[in-house]
Amino acid sequence: MATQKEVLIDPIFNNNPIALQVLGICSALAVTINMATTLVMCLAVIFVTTMSNLSVSLLRNRIPTNIRIIVQMTIIASLVIVVDEVLKAVAYDISKSLSVFVGLIITNCIVMGRAEAFAMQNGPWLSALDGFGNALGYSVILIGVALIREPLGSGTLLGYEILPTVANGGWYLPNGMLLLAPSAFFIIGFFIWAIRAWKSDQVEEPEYEIAANAQYKEAM
Amino acid sequence: MEHYLGIFVRAVFIENMALTFFLGMCTFIAISKKISTAIGLGIAVVVVLAITVPVNNLIFNTFLREGALAWAGFPEVDLSFLGLLSYIGVIAAMVQILEMVLDRFVPVLYNALGVFLPLITVNCAILGASLMSIDQDQTFSESVVFGLGAGVGWALAITALAGVREKLKYSDVPEGLRGLGITFISVGLISLCFMSFGGIDI
Repeated sequence: MATQKEVLIDPIFNNNPIALQVLGICSALAVTINMATTLVMCLAVIFVTTMSNLSVSLLRNRIPTNIRIIVQMTIIASLVIVVDEVLKAVAYDISKSLSVFVGLIITNCIVMGRAEAFAMQNGPWLSALDGFGNALGYSVILIGVALIREPLGSGTLLGYEILPTVANGGWYLPNGMLLLAPSAFFIIGFFIWAIRAWKSDQVEEPEYEIAANAQYKEAM
Repeated sequence: MEHYLGIFVRAVFIENMALTFFLGMCTFIAISKKISTAIGLGIAVVVVLAITVPVNNLIFNTFLREGALAWAGFPEVDLSFLGLLSYIGVIAAMVQILEMVLDRFVPVLYNALGVFLPLITVNCAILGASLMSIDQDQTFSESVVFGLGAGVGWALAITALAGVREKLKYSDVPEGLRGLGITFISVGLISLCFMSFGGIDI
Protein backbone atom coordinates (compact mmCIF):
# COMPACT_ATOMS: atom_id res chain seq x y z
CA MET A 1 0.00 0.00 0.00
CA ALA A 2 1.41 3.33 -1.02
CA THR A 3 1.94 5.89 1.71
CA GLN A 4 0.32 9.29 1.57
CA LYS A 5 3.60 11.05 0.90
CA GLU A 6 4.48 8.79 -2.03
CA VAL A 7 1.06 9.22 -3.56
CA LEU A 8 1.38 12.99 -3.38
CA ILE A 9 5.02 13.51 -4.32
CA ASP A 10 5.69 10.73 -6.82
CA PRO A 11 3.72 12.16 -9.75
CA ILE A 12 5.60 15.46 -9.60
CA PHE A 13 8.98 14.22 -10.85
CA ASN A 14 9.27 10.43 -10.63
CA ASN A 15 6.09 9.57 -12.47
CA ASN A 16 5.13 12.84 -14.08
CA PRO A 17 1.84 12.60 -16.00
CA ILE A 18 3.14 14.63 -18.94
CA ALA A 19 6.80 13.66 -19.13
CA LEU A 20 6.47 9.95 -18.41
CA GLN A 21 2.88 8.77 -18.60
CA VAL A 22 2.20 10.86 -21.76
CA LEU A 23 -1.18 12.02 -20.47
CA GLY A 24 -2.91 15.34 -20.81
CA ILE A 25 -0.55 16.96 -23.26
CA CYS A 26 -3.39 18.33 -25.37
CA SER A 27 -4.20 21.31 -23.22
CA ALA A 28 -0.72 21.59 -21.75
CA LEU A 29 0.68 23.28 -24.82
CA ALA A 30 -2.03 25.62 -25.95
CA VAL A 31 -2.55 27.69 -22.82
CA THR A 32 1.10 28.35 -21.96
CA ILE A 33 1.55 31.53 -24.00
CA ASN A 34 1.06 33.65 -20.92
CA MET A 35 1.34 33.00 -17.23
CA ALA A 36 -2.08 34.22 -16.08
CA THR A 37 -4.05 31.79 -18.25
CA THR A 38 -1.62 29.02 -17.33
CA LEU A 39 -2.18 29.52 -13.60
CA VAL A 40 -5.94 29.57 -14.04
CA MET A 41 -5.77 26.42 -16.14
CA CYS A 42 -3.63 24.70 -13.48
CA LEU A 43 -6.06 25.62 -10.73
CA ALA A 44 -8.95 24.34 -12.81
CA VAL A 45 -7.20 21.03 -13.47
CA ILE A 46 -6.19 20.66 -9.82
CA PHE A 47 -9.79 21.21 -8.74
CA VAL A 48 -11.29 18.85 -11.32
CA THR A 49 -8.76 16.04 -10.83
CA THR A 50 -8.95 16.12 -7.03
CA MET A 51 -12.73 16.28 -6.92
CA SER A 52 -13.28 13.69 -9.61
CA ASN A 53 -10.90 11.26 -7.94
CA LEU A 54 -12.66 11.84 -4.64
CA SER A 55 -16.16 11.37 -6.06
CA VAL A 56 -15.25 8.34 -8.15
CA SER A 57 -13.57 6.77 -5.14
CA LEU A 58 -16.60 7.39 -2.92
CA LEU A 59 -18.86 5.79 -5.51
CA ARG A 60 -16.48 3.04 -6.56
CA ASN A 61 -18.38 0.18 -4.92
CA ARG A 62 -21.69 1.28 -6.40
CA ILE A 63 -20.60 1.87 -9.99
CA PRO A 64 -21.43 -1.15 -12.20
CA THR A 65 -18.27 -2.09 -14.10
CA ASN A 66 -19.97 -2.16 -17.50
CA ILE A 67 -20.92 1.48 -17.48
CA ARG A 68 -18.11 2.86 -15.36
CA ILE A 69 -16.62 4.95 -18.18
CA ILE A 70 -19.91 6.75 -18.73
CA VAL A 71 -20.37 7.35 -15.00
CA GLN A 72 -16.84 8.75 -14.69
CA MET A 73 -17.37 10.89 -17.76
CA THR A 74 -20.58 12.34 -16.32
CA ILE A 75 -18.91 13.17 -13.00
CA ILE A 76 -15.99 14.84 -14.77
CA ALA A 77 -18.22 16.74 -17.19
CA SER A 78 -20.35 18.10 -14.35
CA LEU A 79 -17.24 19.28 -12.48
CA VAL A 80 -15.92 20.97 -15.61
CA ILE A 81 -19.24 22.72 -16.15
CA VAL A 82 -18.98 24.10 -12.59
CA VAL A 83 -15.45 25.38 -13.28
CA ASP A 84 -16.50 26.85 -16.62
CA GLU A 85 -19.48 28.71 -15.18
CA VAL A 86 -17.45 30.04 -12.22
CA LEU A 87 -14.72 31.26 -14.57
CA LYS A 88 -17.25 33.00 -16.80
CA ALA A 89 -18.68 34.78 -13.77
CA VAL A 90 -15.44 35.68 -11.97
CA ALA A 91 -12.75 36.06 -14.62
CA TYR A 92 -14.49 36.63 -17.91
CA ASP A 93 -11.41 37.84 -19.83
CA ILE A 94 -9.32 34.82 -18.89
CA SER A 95 -12.22 32.51 -19.61
CA LYS A 96 -12.43 34.07 -23.08
CA SER A 97 -8.74 33.59 -23.76
CA LEU A 98 -8.85 29.98 -22.55
CA SER A 99 -11.84 29.54 -24.92
CA VAL A 100 -12.43 25.87 -25.65
CA PHE A 101 -9.63 24.59 -23.45
CA VAL A 102 -11.61 24.70 -20.22
CA GLY A 103 -14.18 22.41 -21.82
CA LEU A 104 -11.38 20.19 -22.99
CA ILE A 105 -10.44 19.31 -19.40
CA ILE A 106 -13.18 16.68 -19.81
CA THR A 107 -11.11 14.81 -22.33
CA ASN A 108 -7.85 15.53 -20.52
CA CYS A 109 -6.49 12.03 -20.14
CA ILE A 110 -5.02 12.76 -16.70
CA VAL A 111 -8.45 13.16 -15.13
CA MET A 112 -9.92 10.08 -16.76
CA GLY A 113 -6.72 8.08 -16.38
CA ARG A 114 -6.40 8.70 -12.65
CA ALA A 115 -10.10 8.02 -12.03
CA GLU A 116 -9.82 4.71 -13.85
CA ALA A 117 -6.37 3.63 -12.66
CA PHE A 118 -6.32 4.84 -9.07
CA ALA A 119 -9.65 6.02 -7.71
CA MET A 120 -11.49 2.82 -8.68
CA GLN A 121 -9.24 0.78 -6.35
CA ASN A 122 -8.39 3.10 -3.48
CA GLY A 123 -10.08 4.92 -0.62
CA PRO A 124 -11.34 8.50 -0.91
CA TRP A 125 -8.51 10.23 1.01
CA LEU A 126 -5.67 8.55 -0.90
CA SER A 127 -7.51 9.07 -4.20
CA ALA A 128 -7.96 12.77 -3.57
CA LEU A 129 -4.27 13.04 -2.73
CA ASP A 130 -3.35 11.14 -5.89
CA GLY A 131 -5.49 13.43 -8.01
CA PHE A 132 -3.94 16.46 -6.35
CA GLY A 133 -0.42 15.12 -6.86
CA ASN A 134 -0.94 14.32 -10.52
CA ALA A 135 -2.49 17.70 -11.17
CA LEU A 136 0.53 19.26 -9.44
CA GLY A 137 2.86 17.29 -11.70
CA TYR A 138 0.91 18.63 -14.66
CA SER A 139 1.06 22.18 -13.27
CA VAL A 140 4.84 22.05 -12.72
CA ILE A 141 5.42 21.35 -16.41
CA LEU A 142 2.84 23.92 -17.54
CA ILE A 143 4.22 26.68 -15.34
CA GLY A 144 7.74 25.78 -16.44
CA VAL A 145 6.79 26.09 -20.10
CA ALA A 146 4.94 29.37 -19.49
CA LEU A 147 7.96 30.73 -17.59
CA ILE A 148 10.00 30.33 -20.74
CA ARG A 149 7.40 31.34 -23.28
CA GLU A 150 5.95 34.52 -21.82
CA PRO A 151 9.16 36.40 -20.91
CA LEU A 152 11.07 35.43 -24.05
CA GLY A 153 8.07 35.70 -26.36
CA SER A 154 6.62 39.01 -25.24
CA GLY A 155 9.00 40.33 -22.58
CA THR A 156 6.45 40.20 -19.77
CA LEU A 157 5.52 37.91 -16.90
CA LEU A 158 1.97 38.00 -15.55
CA GLY A 159 1.57 41.23 -17.51
CA TYR A 160 4.55 42.98 -15.85
CA GLU A 161 7.45 43.93 -18.06
CA ILE A 162 10.61 41.99 -17.26
CA LEU A 163 12.65 42.33 -20.40
CA PRO A 164 11.99 45.82 -21.81
CA THR A 165 11.14 45.29 -25.47
CA VAL A 166 12.45 47.32 -28.39
CA ALA A 167 8.92 48.47 -29.19
CA ASN A 168 8.74 50.10 -25.74
CA GLY A 169 12.18 51.68 -25.98
CA GLY A 170 14.08 48.84 -24.28
CA TRP A 171 16.75 46.50 -25.62
CA TYR A 172 15.00 43.12 -25.93
CA LEU A 173 13.74 42.04 -29.33
CA PRO A 174 10.92 39.55 -28.58
CA ASN A 175 11.26 36.15 -30.15
CA GLY A 176 7.91 35.75 -31.89
CA MET A 177 8.57 32.07 -32.51
CA LEU A 178 7.95 31.35 -28.82
CA LEU A 179 4.36 32.52 -29.16
CA LEU A 180 3.71 30.04 -31.96
CA ALA A 181 2.78 26.39 -31.69
CA PRO A 182 6.09 24.68 -32.58
CA SER A 183 8.03 26.24 -29.70
CA ALA A 184 5.77 24.53 -27.16
CA PHE A 185 6.67 21.14 -28.61
CA PHE A 186 10.39 21.94 -28.51
CA ILE A 187 10.25 23.20 -24.93
CA ILE A 188 8.39 20.10 -23.69
CA GLY A 189 10.87 17.92 -25.59
CA PHE A 190 13.77 19.63 -23.82
CA PHE A 191 11.99 19.42 -20.45
CA ILE A 192 11.67 15.68 -20.89
CA TRP A 193 15.35 15.53 -21.77
CA ALA A 194 16.23 17.49 -18.62
CA ILE A 195 14.09 15.29 -16.36
CA ARG A 196 15.54 12.15 -17.87
CA ALA A 197 19.10 13.41 -17.61
CA TRP A 198 18.43 13.88 -13.90
CA LYS A 199 16.40 10.69 -13.30
CA SER A 200 18.24 8.36 -15.61
CA ASP A 201 16.01 5.35 -14.82
CA GLN A 202 13.30 6.97 -16.99
CA VAL A 203 15.37 6.67 -20.17
CA GLU A 204 13.68 4.44 -22.74
CA GLU A 205 15.41 1.42 -24.22
CA PRO A 206 16.32 1.88 -27.89
CA GLU A 207 14.18 -0.24 -30.18
CA TYR A 208 17.00 -0.85 -32.55
CA GLU A 209 20.71 -0.58 -32.02
CA ILE A 210 23.29 0.14 -34.67
CA ALA A 211 26.26 -2.17 -34.34
CA ALA A 212 29.33 -0.36 -33.11
CA ASN A 213 31.42 -0.70 -36.26
CA ALA A 214 28.66 -0.52 -38.87
CA GLN A 215 29.20 1.74 -41.85
CA TYR A 216 26.59 4.39 -42.43
CA LYS A 217 25.41 2.65 -45.60
CA GLU A 218 25.01 -0.72 -43.93
CA ALA A 219 22.99 0.75 -41.12
CA MET A 220 20.36 2.19 -43.39
CA MET B 1 -18.78 27.15 -52.88
CA GLU B 2 -15.48 29.02 -52.51
CA HIS B 3 -16.43 29.86 -48.95
CA TYR B 4 -16.70 26.15 -48.10
CA LEU B 5 -13.46 25.35 -49.87
CA GLY B 6 -11.85 28.07 -47.78
CA ILE B 7 -13.13 26.54 -44.54
CA PHE B 8 -11.88 23.13 -45.63
CA VAL B 9 -8.37 24.28 -46.56
CA ARG B 10 -8.15 26.35 -43.41
CA ALA B 11 -9.13 23.38 -41.23
CA VAL B 12 -6.73 20.98 -42.95
CA PHE B 13 -3.59 23.09 -43.24
CA ILE B 14 -3.65 26.46 -41.55
CA GLU B 15 -5.53 25.61 -38.38
CA ASN B 16 -4.51 22.01 -38.17
CA MET B 17 -6.11 20.35 -35.14
CA ALA B 18 -3.01 18.53 -33.96
CA LEU B 19 -0.22 20.88 -34.93
CA THR B 20 -1.72 24.31 -34.28
CA PHE B 21 -4.26 23.65 -31.53
CA PHE B 22 -2.51 20.68 -29.91
CA LEU B 23 -5.71 18.65 -29.87
CA GLY B 24 -5.74 14.89 -29.72
CA MET B 25 -2.10 14.91 -28.64
CA CYS B 26 -2.30 11.91 -26.32
CA THR B 27 -3.35 9.50 -29.04
CA PHE B 28 -1.27 11.44 -31.55
CA ILE B 29 1.93 10.60 -29.66
CA ALA B 30 0.91 7.16 -28.45
CA ILE B 31 -0.37 5.59 -31.70
CA SER B 32 2.13 7.01 -34.18
CA LYS B 33 4.80 4.34 -34.13
CA LYS B 34 3.68 2.62 -37.34
CA ILE B 35 2.29 4.14 -40.54
CA SER B 36 -0.38 1.45 -41.03
CA THR B 37 -1.95 1.90 -37.59
CA ALA B 38 -1.66 5.67 -37.90
CA ILE B 39 -3.64 5.61 -41.16
CA GLY B 40 -6.29 3.36 -39.56
CA LEU B 41 -6.72 5.70 -36.62
CA GLY B 42 -6.68 8.70 -38.95
CA ILE B 43 -9.58 7.34 -41.01
CA ALA B 44 -11.56 6.57 -37.87
CA VAL B 45 -11.06 10.14 -36.67
CA VAL B 46 -12.17 11.57 -40.03
CA VAL B 47 -15.38 9.52 -39.93
CA VAL B 48 -16.21 10.37 -36.33
CA LEU B 49 -15.44 14.08 -36.73
CA ALA B 50 -17.47 14.39 -39.92
CA ILE B 51 -20.49 12.97 -38.06
CA THR B 52 -20.22 14.42 -34.55
CA VAL B 53 -19.35 18.04 -35.35
CA PRO B 54 -22.53 18.66 -37.42
CA VAL B 55 -24.66 16.69 -34.93
CA ASN B 56 -23.38 18.72 -31.98
CA ASN B 57 -23.88 21.91 -33.96
CA LEU B 58 -27.45 20.89 -34.68
CA ILE B 59 -28.11 20.05 -31.02
CA PHE B 60 -26.75 23.39 -29.87
CA ASN B 61 -28.82 25.34 -32.37
CA THR B 62 -32.09 23.48 -31.84
CA PHE B 63 -32.06 22.83 -28.09
CA LEU B 64 -29.40 24.59 -26.07
CA ARG B 65 -28.92 28.07 -27.52
CA GLU B 66 -30.59 30.95 -25.68
CA GLY B 67 -34.09 31.23 -27.08
CA ALA B 68 -33.65 28.11 -29.21
CA LEU B 69 -36.51 26.35 -27.49
CA ALA B 70 -38.99 28.97 -28.73
CA TRP B 71 -40.52 26.34 -31.04
CA ALA B 72 -41.47 24.29 -27.96
CA GLY B 73 -42.98 27.28 -26.19
CA PHE B 74 -40.03 28.22 -23.94
CA PRO B 75 -38.56 31.34 -25.54
CA GLU B 76 -36.65 32.41 -22.41
CA VAL B 77 -34.88 29.17 -21.60
CA ASP B 78 -31.08 29.15 -21.96
CA LEU B 79 -29.62 25.67 -21.64
CA SER B 80 -26.16 26.46 -22.99
CA PHE B 81 -24.58 25.42 -19.66
CA LEU B 82 -25.59 21.86 -20.45
CA GLY B 83 -23.47 22.02 -23.60
CA LEU B 84 -20.36 20.17 -22.44
CA LEU B 85 -22.35 17.31 -20.95
CA SER B 86 -24.46 16.81 -24.08
CA TYR B 87 -21.53 17.03 -26.51
CA ILE B 88 -19.53 14.40 -24.70
CA GLY B 89 -22.67 12.24 -24.51
CA VAL B 90 -23.24 12.61 -28.24
CA ILE B 91 -19.63 11.74 -28.99
CA ALA B 92 -19.66 8.64 -26.80
CA ALA B 93 -23.00 7.52 -28.26
CA MET B 94 -21.90 8.20 -31.85
CA VAL B 95 -18.73 6.20 -31.44
CA GLN B 96 -20.73 3.32 -29.97
CA ILE B 97 -23.31 3.43 -32.77
CA LEU B 98 -20.63 3.67 -35.43
CA GLU B 99 -18.94 0.64 -33.93
CA MET B 100 -22.16 -1.40 -34.06
CA VAL B 101 -23.08 -0.25 -37.59
CA LEU B 102 -19.63 -1.06 -38.91
CA ASP B 103 -19.67 -4.44 -37.21
CA ARG B 104 -23.01 -5.29 -38.84
CA PHE B 105 -22.59 -3.87 -42.36
CA VAL B 106 -18.89 -3.33 -43.10
CA PRO B 107 -17.02 -6.00 -41.17
CA VAL B 108 -13.83 -5.39 -43.16
CA LEU B 109 -13.65 -1.80 -41.98
CA TYR B 110 -14.67 -2.84 -38.48
CA ASN B 111 -11.77 -5.23 -38.25
CA ALA B 112 -9.40 -2.54 -39.40
CA LEU B 113 -10.70 0.24 -37.15
CA GLY B 114 -12.17 -1.79 -34.28
CA VAL B 115 -9.35 -1.28 -31.82
CA PHE B 116 -9.24 2.46 -32.33
CA LEU B 117 -12.90 3.35 -32.06
CA PRO B 118 -13.18 3.29 -28.24
CA LEU B 119 -10.02 5.40 -28.02
CA ILE B 120 -11.64 8.13 -30.04
CA THR B 121 -14.20 9.01 -27.38
CA VAL B 122 -11.48 10.53 -25.24
CA ASN B 123 -9.69 12.17 -28.15
CA CYS B 124 -9.73 15.89 -27.49
CA ALA B 125 -9.75 16.66 -31.20
CA ILE B 126 -13.37 15.48 -31.44
CA LEU B 127 -14.70 17.53 -28.53
CA GLY B 128 -12.41 20.42 -29.44
CA ALA B 129 -13.70 20.61 -33.01
CA SER B 130 -17.32 20.53 -31.79
CA LEU B 131 -16.65 23.33 -29.33
CA MET B 132 -14.83 25.42 -31.93
CA SER B 133 -17.56 25.02 -34.46
CA ILE B 134 -20.07 26.27 -31.88
CA ASP B 135 -17.74 29.02 -30.69
CA GLN B 136 -17.48 30.37 -34.23
CA ASP B 137 -21.25 30.29 -34.76
CA GLN B 138 -21.00 28.11 -37.84
CA THR B 139 -24.08 27.15 -39.79
CA PHE B 140 -24.97 23.50 -40.27
CA SER B 141 -23.38 23.16 -43.74
CA GLU B 142 -20.26 25.01 -42.59
CA SER B 143 -19.91 22.62 -39.67
CA VAL B 144 -20.08 19.59 -42.01
CA VAL B 145 -17.17 20.96 -44.05
CA PHE B 146 -15.27 22.02 -40.94
CA GLY B 147 -15.66 18.58 -39.31
CA LEU B 148 -14.43 16.82 -42.41
CA GLY B 149 -11.51 19.23 -42.84
CA ALA B 150 -10.44 18.97 -39.21
CA GLY B 151 -10.46 15.17 -39.48
CA VAL B 152 -8.44 15.11 -42.69
CA GLY B 153 -5.91 17.53 -41.19
CA TRP B 154 -5.49 15.38 -38.10
CA ALA B 155 -5.12 12.20 -40.17
CA LEU B 156 -2.52 13.90 -42.36
CA ALA B 157 -0.53 15.04 -39.35
CA ILE B 158 -0.50 11.65 -37.59
CA THR B 159 0.51 9.87 -40.82
CA ALA B 160 3.36 12.32 -41.35
CA LEU B 161 4.56 11.83 -37.78
CA ALA B 162 4.37 8.03 -38.09
CA GLY B 163 6.48 8.25 -41.25
CA VAL B 164 9.11 10.28 -39.43
CA ARG B 165 9.13 7.98 -36.41
CA GLU B 166 9.54 4.84 -38.49
CA LYS B 167 12.76 6.29 -39.89
CA LEU B 168 13.80 7.71 -36.54
CA LYS B 169 13.93 4.21 -35.08
CA TYR B 170 17.27 3.63 -36.80
CA SER B 171 18.96 6.82 -35.72
CA ASP B 172 21.33 7.32 -32.84
CA VAL B 173 19.47 9.59 -30.44
CA PRO B 174 21.04 10.98 -27.23
CA GLU B 175 20.00 8.91 -24.21
CA GLY B 176 17.60 11.25 -22.45
CA LEU B 177 15.83 12.20 -25.66
CA ARG B 178 15.07 8.64 -26.73
CA GLY B 179 11.41 7.86 -27.33
CA LEU B 180 9.17 10.62 -26.03
CA GLY B 181 11.63 13.51 -26.11
CA ILE B 182 12.69 13.19 -29.72
CA THR B 183 9.07 12.57 -30.72
CA PHE B 184 8.08 15.96 -29.30
CA ILE B 185 10.90 17.65 -31.14
CA SER B 186 9.92 15.99 -34.42
CA VAL B 187 6.31 17.09 -33.89
CA GLY B 188 7.64 20.61 -33.36
CA LEU B 189 9.50 20.44 -36.67
CA ILE B 190 6.43 19.11 -38.51
CA SER B 191 4.38 21.87 -36.92
CA LEU B 192 6.97 24.39 -38.15
CA CYS B 193 6.53 23.02 -41.68
CA PHE B 194 2.77 23.38 -41.43
CA MET B 195 3.20 27.02 -40.47
CA SER B 196 4.38 27.69 -43.99
CA PHE B 197 0.78 27.11 -45.13
CA GLY B 198 -0.14 30.17 -43.07
CA GLY B 199 -0.20 32.54 -46.02
CA ILE B 200 -2.78 30.58 -48.02
CA ASP B 201 -6.07 32.39 -48.16
CA ILE B 202 -9.01 31.44 -50.28
